[in-house]
Amino acid sequence: MSSTVLFTIIMLSLLGLLAAVILYVVAQKFKVVEDPRIDLVNEVLPGANCGGCGFTGCRAFSEVLVRSDSFEGLNCPVGGSETMGKAAVILDRQPVAVEPKIAVLRCNGTPEHSQRTSNYDGAMNCRVAHALYGGTTACHYGCLGCGDCVTSCKFDAMYMAPVTQLPVIIDDKCVACGACVKACPRNIIELRKRNRKDRKIYISCVNKDKGGPARKACSVACIGCGKCVKVCPYDAITMADNLAFIDSFKCKLCRKCVIECPTGAILEINFPVKEEKPAEHAVTEVN
Amino acid sequence: MFKTFPKGGIHPPENKITADKSVIVLPLPSTVTVPLNQHIGAPATPVVEKGSAVKTGQLIAQAKGFVSANIHSPVSGKVSKIEPVADSTGYKQMSIIIDAEGDEWVETTDRSATLVKEITMTREQIVERCRDCGLVGLGGATFPTHIKMTVPSGKKCDMLIINGVECEPYLTSDHRLMIEKGPEVLTGVTIIMKALGVTQAVIGIEANKPDAISTLAGLSKEFAGISVVALKVKYPQGGEKQLIKACTGREVPSGGLPLDVGVVVQNVGTAFAVYEAVQKNKPLIERVVTVTGKSVSRPGNFLVRIGTPVTKLIEAAGGMPDDTGKVVNGGPMMGKALAMTDVPVTKGTSGIILFPEPESRREEMMPCIRCGKCSSACAMGLEPWLLSVLSEKAMFEKAEADKITDCMECGACAYTCPAKRPLLDYIRLGKTTVIKMVRERITK
Amino acid sequence: MNNILNVSPSPHQQSSETTRKLMFGVVIALLPALAAAVYYFGTGAIIVTLTSVMACVATEYLVQKYVLKTKTSISDGSAVVTGLLLAFNVPSNLPLFIIVIGAVISIGVAKMTFGGLGNNPFNPALVGRVFLLISFPVQMTSWPVPSGFKTGYTDAVTGATPLGIISEGVKNGESITALMDKVPSHMQLFYGYMGGSMGEIAAAALILGGIYMIWKKIITWHIPVAVLASAALFTGILWMADPTKYADPLFHLLTGGMMLGAIFMATDYVTSPMTPKGMIIYGTGIGVITVLIRTWGAYPEGVSFAILVMNAFVPLLNIYIKPRRFGKEVRNG
Repeated sequence: MSSTVLFTIIMLSLLGLLAAVILYVVAQKFKVVEDPRIDLVNEVLPGANCGGCGFTGCRAFSEVLVRSDSFEGLNCPVGGSETMGKAAVILDRQPVAVEPKIAVLRCNGTPEHSQRTSNYDGAMNCRVAHALYGGTTACHYGCLGCGDCVTSCKFDAMYMAPVTQLPVIIDDKCVACGACVKACPRNIIELRKRNRKDRKIYISCVNKDKGGPARKACSVACIGCGKCVKVCPYDAITMADNLAFIDSFKCKLCRKCVIECPTGAILEINFPVKEEKPAEHAVTEVN
Repeated sequence: MFKTFPKGGIHPPENKITADKSVIVLPLPSTVTVPLNQHIGAPATPVVEKGSAVKTGQLIAQAKGFVSANIHSPVSGKVSKIEPVADSTGYKQMSIIIDAEGDEWVETTDRSATLVKEITMTREQIVERCRDCGLVGLGGATFPTHIKMTVPSGKKCDMLIINGVECEPYLTSDHRLMIEKGPEVLTGVTIIMKALGVTQAVIGIEANKPDAISTLAGLSKEFAGISVVALKVKYPQGGEKQLIKACTGREVPSGGLPLDVGVVVQNVGTAFAVYEAVQKNKPLIERVVTVTGKSVSRPGNFLVRIGTPVTKLIEAAGGMPDDTGKVVNGGPMMGKALAMTDVPVTKGTSGIILFPEPESRREEMMPCIRCGKCSSACAMGLEPWLLSVLSEKAMFEKAEADKITDCMECGACAYTCPAKRPLLDYIRLGKTTVIKMVRERITK
Repeated sequence: MNNILNVSPSPHQQSSETTRKLMFGVVIALLPALAAAVYYFGTGAIIVTLTSVMACVATEYLVQKYVLKTKTSISDGSAVVTGLLLAFNVPSNLPLFIIVIGAVISIGVAKMTFGGLGNNPFNPALVGRVFLLISFPVQMTSWPVPSGFKTGYTDAVTGATPLGIISEGVKNGESITALMDKVPSHMQLFYGYMGGSMGEIAAAALILGGIYMIWKKIITWHIPVAVLASAALFTGILWMADPTKYADPLFHLLTGGMMLGAIFMATDYVTSPMTPKGMIIYGTGIGVITVLIRTWGAYPEGVSFAILVMNAFVPLLNIYIKPRRFGKEVRNG
C-alpha cells in the first residue's frame, strides 16, 4: 500500500473517531431526562397527531397520560378503547369506558330544499362567507358549502357533494377527532353517539328562527312545533330557541319522531325501509 | 403639484357619472324600517312601542352606553312593529318599522332654509346638541360625532380637518353637498372648530372636483381659520390617516388615533349635519345618497329619509337595469354587496351602485406570482401577500406580529393583484381573529 | 326585477391587469432582442427559439395534465416567457434535442416540482441553461459569429465571444489594451455585433425592451439599475486600479449576459424580492458576484450563476427587509 493511501486511511479513521467522541459527549451533556413510559405510551398511540384528544399531538397526549392519576376525561378518539386499554396496561391504571362517536352534519339545505337567493363570489372559505353575510339562501344558519370542514379533515373522511352542495362524512373513515366541528363557523357539525351499523337519527337543522321564516327559507327546516318532543318515549328530545335536539345517548333509534315530523327535518340514516319485509341489506337515505 | 400621501395608493377609474346632477329630494316612502344599530357602538334602545304615534324628528330610540347614538323618526305616522329585520348583511337586527302618514315635524325644529351664521351656543352645548340629535360620522364609519368632538383630558387638538375627498369611484354625494350647501357646510365647520377649541380648519378636496374647490375656497374667505387644500386624485386619499399625512405631514402612530397628532377629522356631510343640528335643531333623519351605475337610466344624488327601502331609491333612478349583477351599498372599494335590495337606507349609506353583469363577477383566481404589486399599493406599508397567506393558514400569532391590525381594509391590494387573489377576504378574517385574540388576552 | 345578485366581500372592482397580460408584456419587450438575434444569426435564431417555446409549453401541459392531473394553466403565458428566455441564453446553432432537454429541465424540474407558477425558488430558464452548460459544454460554448439574417440554421460559423477573447488573453498574460483591438468597438457591442448567445448580444434592443416594461409598469427600475450600477462600480474600481489587466466598465456592461440578466432574468417576479430595498440588495449582489466570477472565476461569464446564487437569498431578503409601515415610528411633517 502506498503511503498516500495509508495516510488517508489513518486520517479519516482519526476524524471519524473524533466525531464519534464529540457526538457522544454532546449527547450525554444535553440529554433530556424523561420518564421512559412516555415513549412506551407514545408507541401505542396512532401517531396521527390530529388533536382529537384535545392536546397538541400524540407525544403531548402521552405526557399528559403519564402525568395524570386517572384516565377520566382523557380519550384518543382515533385509537378508541383498544388504544386506551393498551395505555392503561402500560401505566397500570383503570381504563375509562368512552362511547365511540361520529361526526354528523346537521343541515339538509340542498338547492332542492332551500332556494338560492344570491351567488357567493368571494374566497372559498366558510369563515369569510359567514362573516360577510347570511349566505346564498334565506336561512342564515345553514351550511355555506365552502368546505372549511373538508379541508380540516386529516383522515380523508369528508368530501363536498356537487349536487347537494353539502359536505359528506364517510362513516368508515371518520374517527370523531372533532377537527371539522371546530372548523365550522356555524357549529353545524356535531359529534354524536355512534350506533351499530352506523345508524343515525338526528334533527338535520340548526335554524333558530320561528317556524314561519324557517320553513320559508328551507322546506325541510325544523319549525319548532314540538311534536317530536311529545312522541318520544325515551325523553330524548328537547326544544330550545325554536329548534329541537335529540340527545344521541338517550335515543334508542325507535324512529317514532321521524314519522311525526311534519317537515321531514328528522333524518334516519342506514335503516331498512319500513314498508317492505325486513331486507338483508340496509337502505341508506341519502341527503 | 397637489399634496398627497407618500406611500402606496392606486388609480381606479373615477366614473363620477353623477357629479353634475343636483340633489333631488326623494318623495317620502309609505313605510320606513329604522335599524337600531346604524352606528359604531351599542345598538340604541327603543323609547316607543308598537302603536305609538310619532312625528318627524321625534326621538324613537335612546343611545345605550357611552359609545352609541340616538335615533329619530324619519317620518310622521305610527309604529307598526319593533322586530328583527334583515339588514344589508342578510343577518337580522332589531328595527322599528313605521307606517308613514304625512310629514308632521316636531315643533322644536326650525324648518326654514335661511342661513344662520351666528353661533350662540357654548362648547358644551354644541356637543350636547350633537348628541341629542343622534349625529354620527357620515363618511361611512358612523362613529358618534359628539364623542369625536370632545377632546379627552391628556390629549391636545390644534387642527380640524374636513374630509371632502370622496376618493371612492362613483360616489358624489359629498361633492354635491359642497357645491349646493357651501355656506351651511362652512358654518358647520366653524361650529365644530368652536366645540374642539381650535382656530384652524383645513378642508381636503380631491382635484377631480374643481368646482367644489373653487366654491368653498371662495366662500371660506368669509369664515375665519378655514382653508381649502386640493389633493392629488389617488385612492385611498380619503382614509383619515392618509388625509392627515397629506394635509399636515403628521403621521398617526400605528394603533393610535388622529388626536395623538393633535388632529380631529370629520366628513363634510357630518359638518353639514352639525350645522342643521346646532342652528336648526334638526336631528339626523335624512342624507344625500348617490344612486349610480353604467346601465342606470336616471343616475343621480337623492336626499332620502333614513329607513327608506333601497328599492325606492333604485326606482327613482329609473329602476334596476335588466343586466344588473351586483348592487353595492357604498363605494366599489369598501362598500357592501347586497343580497337583496329590500333593505333600509341607514345613516352610513353614502351610495348605491348597480353593476352590470360582466363587471359584477370576480375574475378567476390564479397562483400568486410574487410580483409585490399589492405591497406597493398598500398605503399603510403592509405586505398583503404575506398577511393573506398567514390568515389562510391560520397562523394568527405571526399575523399579529406583522401588524395585520394596521390594515384599513381599503381594498387597494386586492384591486391591484394581477392574479386576482382574494387578498382582502383573508386579511379581514385574520384581522377579526387577531382582534378577538388580543381582547381575550387582555381580559384574562 | 328578479335578478339573483352576486355577493362578495369588498373590493368590488379589480384592475384590468392580469398575469397573462404581464407575461405577454414581457414577450413584447423581448421582441426587439429576437429581431436582433435573427438579424445577426439568421434562421437558427427562429428555429431554436420556436422549439424552446413549444417544448416549454408542451412540458407544462403534459406535466399538469398527466402527472399532476390538475387544471392546465399554459394560457397564463409564463411557460412562453421561460421558453423565450431559455432560448436567448443559448447559441443559435444549438442542436434541437439539447434545447428540448433544457426546456424539460426548466419547466419540469425547476418549476413544476416546486408546485408550479409562483413556487419556484430558482429562475427556471437559468436552471435550464446552467444544466445544459454543464451537461453539453461543447455545444453550449461554441457561439456563432454574426453573419447576417440569411444564414441558415446549420450554416453558422463559430468563434470566440468578446468576453472569451478577453479572459483567455488575460490568462495568457496579454494586456487589455492589446486585447481590446481584437474585440468589436463599444458602439458595435451596443448594437449587438458580437458572438454570443442569441438574446444577450444587442444591448440596444434589450434596453428598449426594458424601457417598455418600465413604462407599462411590468418591472421597476430597482433591479436593473442595481445590477448594472454595482457591476459598473466594481469593474470601474478594478479598471482604474490596473487598466492593463481589467477591462473597462462599459465593456463589461455590454458583453455577455449582463444586459439580458439585469433586465429580463433578474427581474423575474417569482424569484426576486418583493420590496424595493430588497431588490436593490439583490441587484447589487448579482452585480458583485458576476464581476467576481468574470474576473477571478473559471468561467468567462458569471451572470447566470450570480442570479441563481442570489435567488437562494431571496426568501431571506423577504423575511428581513420589510417595507416601512405607516405610523411605525414618530414622524411628524
